[in-house]
Amino acid sequence: MATKTQEVEAKGGQSRHRSLGLTDDQALRIYEVMRLARAVDERMWLINRQGRAPFVISCQGQEGVQVGTAAALRPGYDWVAPYYRDAGVVLWFGMTARDQMLSFFARREDPNSGGRQMPGHFGSKRLHIVTGGSPVGTKLLHAAGVALASKQRKEDAVTAGYFGEGASSQGDCHEAMNFAGIHKLAVIFICENNGYAISVPQSRQMAIQNVADRAAGYGFPGAVVDGNDVLACYEAARTAVGRARRGEGPTLIEAKTYRFTAHSSDDDDRRYRQAEEVAIWRQKDPIQRYAKYLRESGTLTDPIEQEISERVEQQVDDATEYAEQAPDPTADELTKFVYKQEPLG
Amino acid sequence: MASVKMPQLGESITEGTISKWLKQPGDQVKKYEALVEVITDKVNAEVPAPLAGVLKEIKVKEGTTVTVGTEIAVIEETAVASSQAPTPTLPRERGREHEPAAIPEEGQIGQAFSSAPAEQPQGSQSAEGRTRLSPAVRALIEEHRITDAELGRIEGSGVGGRISKKDVEDFIGRRAQPVAANGEQRQAAVTAPGPGTETRVPLTPMRRAIASNMQKSKQTIPHAWTVAEVDMTNVVRFRHQVKDSFKQRESVDLTFVPIIVKAVVEGLKAVPVLNASWSDDGVVLHKDINIGVAVAVDDGLIVPVVHQADRMSIAGLAKSIDDLARRARATKLTIPDVQGATFTVNNPGTFGTILSYSIIAPPQAGILAMDSIVKRPVVLDGDAIAIRSMMNLCLSFDHRVLDGVSAARFLQGVRRWLEGFSDQIPLY
Amino acid sequence: MAVKTYIEAIREGMDEEMARDKSVFLIGEDVGQRGGVFLASDGLYKKYGEDRVIDSPLAESCIVGVAIGAAVNGMRPIAEIQFADFIAPAMNQIIEEAARFCYRTAGDFNLPMVIRAPWGGGVHGALYHSQSIEATFAHIPGLKVVAPGTPADAKGLLKAAVRDPDPVLYLEHKRAYRLVKGEVPAGDGVVPIGKADVKREGKDLSLIAYGLMLTYCLEVAEKLAAEGVSAEVLDLRTIKPIDQAAIIATAKKTGKVLVVHEDNRFAGIAAEVSAIIMENAFDALDAPVMRLTGPDVPAMPFNHVLEEAFMPNPEKILAKAKELAAY
Repeated sequence: MATKTQEVEAKGGQSRHRSLGLTDDQALRIYEVMRLARAVDERMWLINRQGRAPFVISCQGQEGVQVGTAAALRPGYDWVAPYYRDAGVVLWFGMTARDQMLSFFARREDPNSGGRQMPGHFGSKRLHIVTGGSPVGTKLLHAAGVALASKQRKEDAVTAGYFGEGASSQGDCHEAMNFAGIHKLAVIFICENNGYAISVPQSRQMAIQNVADRAAGYGFPGAVVDGNDVLACYEAARTAVGRARRGEGPTLIEAKTYRFTAHSSDDDDRRYRQAEEVAIWRQKDPIQRYAKYLRESGTLTDPIEQEISERVEQQVDDATEYAEQAPDPTADELTKFVYKQEPLG
Repeated sequence: MASVKMPQLGESITEGTISKWLKQPGDQVKKYEALVEVITDKVNAEVPAPLAGVLKEIKVKEGTTVTVGTEIAVIEETAVASSQAPTPTLPRERGREHEPAAIPEEGQIGQAFSSAPAEQPQGSQSAEGRTRLSPAVRALIEEHRITDAELGRIEGSGVGGRISKKDVEDFIGRRAQPVAANGEQRQAAVTAPGPGTETRVPLTPMRRAIASNMQKSKQTIPHAWTVAEVDMTNVVRFRHQVKDSFKQRESVDLTFVPIIVKAVVEGLKAVPVLNASWSDDGVVLHKDINIGVAVAVDDGLIVPVVHQADRMSIAGLAKSIDDLARRARATKLTIPDVQGATFTVNNPGTFGTILSYSIIAPPQAGILAMDSIVKRPVVLDGDAIAIRSMMNLCLSFDHRVLDGVSAARFLQGVRRWLEGFSDQIPLY
Repeated sequence: MAVKTYIEAIREGMDEEMARDKSVFLIGEDVGQRGGVFLASDGLYKKYGEDRVIDSPLAESCIVGVAIGAAVNGMRPIAEIQFADFIAPAMNQIIEEAARFCYRTAGDFNLPMVIRAPWGGGVHGALYHSQSIEATFAHIPGLKVVAPGTPADAKGLLKAAVRDPDPVLYLEHKRAYRLVKGEVPAGDGVVPIGKADVKREGKDLSLIAYGLMLTYCLEVAEKLAAEGVSAEVLDLRTIKPIDQAAIIATAKKTGKVLVVHEDNRFAGIAAEVSAIIMENAFDALDAPVMRLTGPDVPAMPFNHVLEEAFMPNPEKILAKAKELAAY
C-alpha cells in the first residue's frame, strides 16, 4: 500500500520535507530530537516537584522553532548562541540527555559550567555553543562578534543568536542588529516570540505587532513564521542561512510560538494568564502537529514511533540515573578558573 | 622548652656572673619569680623567670661569668595562660609611669636618667607623643634589648617627640659597646709580656664602663671648673664634739660627707640651675634633688644615690650614705641605688688631695669634689693670722647649662652654709 | 634604545602585535580613518585595512560585546573605548560577560581580548574626560587591569595584554601621552602582567603610585633626596592582579609608605594597598600608611582652579611625603 508520500510523489509532487531538501531520516531525526527535548524537560519538572532539584526552565511548546531552525545549521561548523530555553537547539547541536541532566543537577561533570551555572545556561566550545549567562540580550552582540570573526577569516560559518521578544527591548539587541547590518554579517537573529516575558505580555513590551518589522530599520529582511510548524521554521532558517553564506548579511526570523509551562519552576503562570489560553495553544503543540504530518506523509510509522519512544525513554532514564549518581564539585574548586592564566610568581 | 639567657642588665654591660641559683632543677617556677642572682660589674640583680614552668636544667654554674645572651637555664613551660615570655629586660607598656623595680635596668655611674614619675621627658611636647611606639620601633627594642631607661634617653625626632625607627637605629649605632652575639664565656686575656717591656692588665667590666663614661662625658659636655676655699673650722669643731654620741645613738659614723651633702643641697636650692640637665629643647630643671655620692671600691668607683636628699636631715644623710657605702663595698647595691642622680659629690680628699677636677656624669650639670681638710695659716678679718681648717670645694660644671656666675654663686652658698656652721644647726 | 613618547610606544605596540598575529584587530570609535582622537592608532588603518581596523558605531556595549564574540571565535580583539568616562554602557558586557566567561564555563571558554581606555586628568577634560576607573574594574574577579606609567611599560604591557588569554583592561593615561617620554627597548620588550617595578630605590620611605602619578613621584623623590630623605618609588604597573610581594617588600624595607593616586579616595586602590601592608607588614611599620588621592567629588571640573584643587601634583605629594618622613 502506497504511503501518502509515495502517492504524492506518484502524482509528481513532493512531500513537504523533501521539497525542503530533507531526507526521511533527517525528518525523523528532527522529530526525535523534539521528542527528546520534551521528555527530558518533563522529567526535570517531575524531579523538581519532588524537591530533588531546585530549578527547571522549560523548552516545552517551543521545540518547533528550536529544532527547526537549528536543523538548518551545521553543528560543529556553524555557531549558536542560545538562550536558557533552547534545549532543542543544543540537543540538535550535540548535547545529550546526560549533559542536560548533569546540568540540571549541577554536577561536576556538567559540560556547560561544571555545576557553576543554573540549568539552561548552555556553553560548549567544542560544540560551537556560545556560553550564555542569565542576561539574554547581551549574547546577541556576541553572536555578531562571532560572525565578524568568521568574516575576517573569510569563512562561511553562520551564527544564530536566539532570544525572546522580551530581550528584543534590550539596547544590546538593537546594537547587535545595527552592527550586523552595517557589516553584513552572517548572523541569523531568531526571536522566539512566546507572547510573555515572564508575566509581561507583548503589548507591554513593544508598540508593534511583529518584532520582525524592526529588521528593515537595520537594513536586512525580517520574516514572521509559525513557530509551532517545525518545517516552516526550518524553511525560514534555510533561507536565512543561504543569504548569510552568500555574504548577503543578516536575517531576523520571528517565530510566533507559546510557552506551555510557567517561565520557570519559580514562577506561577496562573497569576498572569488563563488556563484556556494555554489549552488553545496546547492544541497546536509542535510535536503533535509534526507527528501528524509525518504520519500523513508516511514517514512515521507505528514501529518507527515505537522505536523512537523507546530510545527517548531509555535515554532519559539513563541520563537521570547517571546524573543522580554523579559527584558534585568540591569546595576547593570554588577559586579555580577565575583566570585562564594566573600571573607568574 | 624555654631558654633563659643572661640578660643585659644595663647599658654597656656585656657580661654577668652567676652568683646564686635561687631555684634548683625540678622546682616549680612562677612567672616573674626570682630565679637567679647575677652580679655585673656594677650591681647585683635578681633575674626573674620569664615564664611559668619547671626549671629543667641549669646551664651555668655559680661563680661563672658569661656574656650577655648566653643560655643559663632551661625552663619547661607549663600550659598556663602566660605563655609568651617577654625577656625580663623589656617591659612593653607605653610610657614609664612607674619605676619597674623588679626589672633590672642599667646601673652605670651617673648614666641613669631619673625615671621618677614627675620627670619631664626631654624636649617633648606631649608625653603621649613620645610614648607612642610604632611596631617597627617595638621590634627594634626587642631585637636590641633596649631598656626603658635607655628608651627614656632617646630623643624623639618625630611629631610630638615621637621616637621613630631612625631615632632608635641611630641610638643603637651610638651605643658603642659590643654585645657578644654568640655568648661564649670570656677568657681572661693575658698576653705574655714582651721581653720585659710591658704588662697588659685585662680590663674589668667596671674599668670598661668607667672608661666609656668618662670619654663620653668629656666629649659631649664642655667642662668648666671653679674652686672655693672653705673655712671648715666650725664644722670640724662641731663634728668632734658630737661624733661619739652620734655613733652611740645611730651606730654610724658622722663623717664630713653628710654635712657637705647637706650644704650642697642648700646650695642647689639656692641655685637650681646646677640641679639640671642639658637638652636641645631647653635646660631641664629637676624637681627632686638626688645626690650621687662617690664611693671607692676595689677596682674603681661607684656612685650610689641618695634620693630626695633635700628631705633629709644631716643624721638621715649620714645613715643613708653609710648604708650605701657599705653595700657598695659589698657589691650589694641594687639598680635603683645607682639611678637617678641629679648632682654628684665626690670625696677625693680622703686621700689627701687638695684640688681635684672631677668629670661630670651625664646628664648632670655639675659635680663637686671636696678635697682634704688641711690646717693652714689664714688671714682673718682684722688682718689677724690664725690656724684654720681649710678645704677646697672644686666644682666642675656644664658650661652649656650655666655660666661662671651661677657656679660661683652656688659655691658661695655652700661655703657660707659651711662656714656659718654652729651647734644651732639641727642634726635631725 | 630609542626615546619615545608614551603614545608612540602604544601605537608601536599595537602595530607590532598586529603584524605578528593576524588574529589581532582593533575596533572602536574613530580608530580607523582618523587614527583615533588622540592619534593612538594613526597609520594602522592604512597599513592593515578596514577589516582589521574597524570604525565602530557609537555604542560602547556593542564595541565590547562584538569583541567578546570575536574572541570566542579565534580572534584577539583590541576594543577601544574612546574615554574611560564612557565605559559605563559597556559595564554589563565587561562585568557580567567578559569577566565571567572563563569562570562560568569552568575554563572551557576564555577571552583573549584587550579593552583600551584613555584615563586620568590634567588636560582640562572636566567631568567626562578625566576620570579614573581602575578601582571599579579591579574589584571584579576575572578581569586583569593594567595602568602603565612609562613608554617602555606602555608598550610592554600592551603586548602582554594582547597575548594574555584573559580579558585585560588597559588604561593609558591621556596626559602622559605626549608629556611622558622615555627609553623603549628594541625587540619584543614584553612586560609581565602582575609585576610591579621599583623605579627608584630608597630606604627612608616608599612612594607607591601608577599612571601619571608615577612621573610625579619620581620628581618628588629627587627633591626629597636633596633634603636628605631617601625615597623608594614603586610603580604598581598592574592594578589587578596586584603585586602583593613587591608592596610588602617595600613596606618592610622603609616602614613608611605613601600611596598616591588621582582616583577618588574612598575605596580607591590605595585602600587595598594599605590593607595588604597592614596584614602583611604591620610589625615593620614606623608610621601609618598614608594616602594622597583625589577628593571624593564626582570628577575634576573644567575650571583650572578646580582641576588643580582636585589633582595631586608634585607639590602636594612632596608636602605629604615630608609629613610622612617626619612622623
